[in-house]
Amino acid sequence: MSVAPVVTKQESFHLHSSTDVVVARRMVRDWAQGLGLSVLDLTKVVTAASELARNAVVHGGGGVMHVQVVHAGDREGLRVIFKDQGPGIQEIDRAMQDGYTTGGGMGIGLPGAKRLVNEFDLLSTPAEGTCITIVRWKA
Amino acid sequence: MGKCLLVTIQVDMHDQLAMTLQDDLATAIAAQESNGLLIDISALEIVDSFIGRMIANTAAMCRVLDADTVVVGMQPAVAITLVELGLTLKGIYTALNVERGMAVLERAAMARL
Repeated sequence: MSVAPVVTKQESFHLHSSTDVVVARRMVRDWAQGLGLSVLDLTKVVTAASELARNAVVHGGGGVMHVQVVHAGDREGLRVIFKDQGPGIQEIDRAMQDGYTTGGGMGIGLPGAKRLVNEFDLLSTPAEGTCITIVRWKA
Repeated sequence: MGKCLLVTIQVDMHDQLAMTLQDDLATAIAAQESNGLLIDISALEIVDSFIGRMIANTAAMCRVLDADTVVVGMQPAVAITLVELGLTLKGIYTALNVERGMAVLERAAMARL
């Protein structure tokens, strides 16, 4: 039985520049540490957040990040939401493949970030923007 | 062995800073005629695809400039995360610490003679 997660704590942060990406990953790191995630889980979720925060800045033209502590039953986790009002992702299936890139990078950001978290949800509408939600549950 | 350049990354770099460091390192390798570059990343808590690519590009530039690159001090959690992310840093020398890294560069320099 899965229980709908309840948000117990939230903070938002605007992403506009590459220095904001640094602040964003520090924020996710602090929250993950506060929640008591293991060093490995912390490293994974911070790395995933770094990829997604950069995407929001580079591809989404800036956006906002919401960091949340969520509870579902007796589980506790860190949820991070990245929202931008950019052009959206044209081909989501291809964007989720390793090695596919439109930005001159290596094309591992999205599929790589997905592998580093427990839950990964991507919503993208052309010309409206992209919203990606990740969750890392406390082991 | 010849001259080596030792770089310790102490701060969480934003992307532009990482690109600047990459260019500075290539310039310094050529200017100082170094045969080896040792990058100590033991202070880094995370290495994402951008920093990983910067390290791989730096090693490739050094290779063209006749220098070997060794990355030392990667934290275990960073190594696990990098591989899961899909970055394997193929073709880059790595070592657990500076001392072993210097030995790797020395062997690489010997092999080139």
